[in-house]
Amino acid sequence: MKGFIKREDDYLQRNQHLAGLTDEQLKERFWSLVEQIVDPLLDLAQKNTSPSIERSVLLRMGFSSLEAQPLVDGAIDRGLIGHGVGHVIYRIAKEKNLDIRTAGLELIDGKHWDDAVKIFKGGN
Amino acid sequence: MQNLDITKKIDVKEILKDLENYRPKRRGWTWREKSDKQVYGPFTFSDMSTPLKNYIPMPAAQYFGNIDPQPNNTITTEIASGRFEDDIRRMRMAAWHGADHIMVIRTAGQSHFDGLIEGTPQGIGGVPISRKQVRAHRKALDLIEEEVGRPINYHSYVSGVAGPDVAVMLAEEGVNGAHQDPQYNVLYRNINMVRSFVDAAESKKVMTWADMVQIDGAHNANATAREAWKVMPELMVQHGINALYSHKVGMPKSNISLSTVPPTSSPAPCVKLDLPYAVALREFFSEYKMRAQMNTKYITSSSREATVTHVMNMMISRMTSADIQSTITPDEGRNVPWHMYNIEACNTAKQTFAGLDGLMDMIELKSDGYLRDKVRELQERAVLYVEEIIKAGGYFNAVEQGFFVDSGMYPERNGDGIGRKIDGGVGVGTVFERAADYMAPVTAHFGYNNVAQYDPSAVDNPSKLIDGCTFEKPEKIVFIDELDETDNVNQRMAETEKYRGEHGESNFVKPEVQWLGDGVVQVEILLPVALRTAQYAAIEFAKKMNLKEVEVIHIEQMHPVEGTRVQLKGVLDMDLDLNALVIPPEPEVMSEEEIRGEFDKFPVKIVAGTVGQDEHSVGLREIIDIKHGGIEKYGCEVEYLGTSVPIEKLVDAAIEINADVILASTIISHDDVHYKNMKRIHEYAVEKGVRDRFIICAGGTQVTAEIARENGMDEGFGRYDRGVNVATFLAKKRKALRGE
Repeated sequence: MKGFIKREDDYLQRNQHLAGLTDEQLKERFWSLVEQIVDPLLDLAQKNTSPSIERSVLLRMGFSSLEAQPLVDGAIDRGLIGHGVGHVIYRIAKEKNLDIRTAGLELIDGKHWDDAVKIFKGGN
Repeated sequence: MQNLDITKKIDVKEILKDLENYRPKRRGWTWREKSDKQVYGPFTFSDMSTPLKNYIPMPAAQYFGNIDPQPNNTITTEIASGRFEDDIRRMRMAAWHGADHIMVIRTAGQSHFDGLIEGTPQGIGGVPISRKQVRAHRKALDLIEEEVGRPINYHSYVSGVAGPDVAVMLAEEGVNGAHQDPQYNVLYRNINMVRSFVDAAESKKVMTWADMVQIDGAHNANATAREAWKVMPELMVQHGINALYSHKVGMPKSNISLSTVPPTSSPAPCVKLDLPYAVALREFFSEYKMRAQMNTKYITSSSREATVTHVMNMMISRMTSADIQSTITPDEGRNVPWHMYNIEACNTAKQTFAGLDGLMDMIELKSDGYLRDKVRELQERAVLYVEEIIKAGGYFNAVEQGFFVDSGMYPERNGDGIGRKIDGGVGVGTVFERAADYMAPVTAHFGYNNVAQYDPSAVDNPSKLIDGCTFEKPEKIVFIDELDETDNVNQRMAETEKYRGEHGESNFVKPEVQWLGDGVVQVEILLPVALRTAQYAAIEFAKKMNLKEVEVIHIEQMHPVEGTRVQLKGVLDMDLDLNALVIPPEPEVMSEEEIRGEFDKFPVKIVAGTVGQDEHSVGLREIIDIKHGGIEKYGCEVEYLGTSVPIEKLVDAAIEINADVILASTIISHDDVHYKNMKRIHEYAVEKGVRDRFIICAGGTQVTAEIARENGMDEGFGRYDRGVNVATFLAKKRKALRGE
């Protein structure tokens, strides 16, 4: 089919190392193994972001879903998403002495992106 | 709109008014609590929660003083008509029947929509979850929960490629619970696995802030797997991954609920399979909550069969635990649920839990033998499963290798699992590494966030940088009303204005199963022919009944040739002007004092019995017995002759004791024997020349006043009549006979 493994039920051979565990020890083993599975996934989530995460940040900053989309796209196009799209807006607002919403709306209008690129990539 | 008036329909137009300024009145999930009140009518319960202020008890409650004990499990109902405006009325109905967790199913395809849907387009098999829709629902529920006197949890979905966007919107709108499980994205929606897990952490963090209860997606493996009962070890693994991932993001275990479902259904020996699984799961996940779903995998179009399955599922819930008892409507196997089936499902849960109250105080699950062995085996299989995931190099590799939703009972493998590529799926390549200066100035943001570069004092409160985000300052939320000029709620409501009226009240009424004015009715026919013939013949009959768009929704053999039962739906395209409707006045009921006064002054002697070959005693005893509120309590003297009393004997006894009244109960109705009985009593009394001496009344489940009078009785009493109705009639009739 898809080349995935096929195997008879070999439970009674496989479980030998578990047979001596108490119910409580078996449960502990389950959770410590699950932890080994989820820890690398959490690490990934710690260190990365995505368009959806950035949009969710912008919603919380007071932008609508219709506004969040072009802001995130604009940041991705210019290689800025790794700094945080909310961060880009925050920084532009500070530099230009604008409130957050105005800074965001002006970015949607295509303004300030060159400055943003300079700020975040211009090697400060 | 301040409060709902229980005598008036909810005004959906009013709900939609000023939505842009509406704020939910609270946030977070509410569990039911065991109440001090455990005595209801003549019974003492063990596990009931706070009773409702307004409710509709189950039908049999009429025998017990209309009690409505509420179990301490949260009861879910899933509503999904595609038109959120019509779902509002169903929510109100469901709340009155005991639902306190309203789950609104999302329209097909929303999980692939990269962003929020705005406005109120019509959905398919659910509604598009948008801010306007969610806000309208929460606003309506804020009123409905006041009406029934119990907080109602509103539930939606945080999955798909826009998980974090949706999570934020739901948190802002006071949604109380949501499905969230990245494995659902990966396995069933083919959304890129890296994106799904990265997004999920953000979503979960937001849900944690909003104190939402999270339900996972593991039950889908059960619904998808070829042989659902073999997926049990995997289910525990899926639950484990999502539960621990959520907890490590920061969600308290008390807000993490496993979506667990008894995997199989009778005629499989389902308890033998489902109970060990339920126990194994609850032992491993003892710190987490359980949301007990009902089996949908093996549901058919038989609503009776589905109901029995669901009762058996709840037997498992009662024998183990269920913090949230989900209900599946018994019509889910044949259509998108209809109003009345949501109510049936809620009542099935309420009925079962009330009936099984205190069960585990009387029995216990055995700690050795078959049950224990199976529990251990399932747990070991689950441990072996996680061992092999780690050996394969972790979760992503395991998914690539088709570990999940394989139809073999692990470690058996049939090679038919769902495999996904780490570099494939919707949204692939959209995960970006955070730079050293990455920053997001908002509350409930997960992961690396370099706030300190701007303000070290804002590290624990990043939104301080922008003077608060929408979580602290909801006035910052931007509300979008509608984006589509034709596909929106205003348009849909204009089309049904005739039935909607000014404030939800209209003189015109049309049958309805899900949408106002849909005209859909259900018809049941038995035809004395074979199945396939019946299927086509039934459609013709339905057409002759003037139904349009006729469809068979259920068909069942009674015998290969002797008969077939067919249920159909169709549109009855007509309405009724209620102004032209003649409704007979409700029977007047005299007060206890008035009746007692009458019978004190003019004592009454009654002879009563169930006539013919009929052994039913319950109905008549209720009319008579003092302990059931029967006529004895008004001081009547009753001579009860029992059941299967010959008609002659009843009349002769009345003559002998010089009675004033004869009460005949006639329950059996086949071959119209109840008509015949009434007529014969009358005729026999006439023959004997005593008809004028007695007031003669008949009662029974199929008896109506009209039928009784047509057959010579002075009055007839049906299934809803009680002692007080009989007593009122006797008092009035005797007054009239005296010329008063």
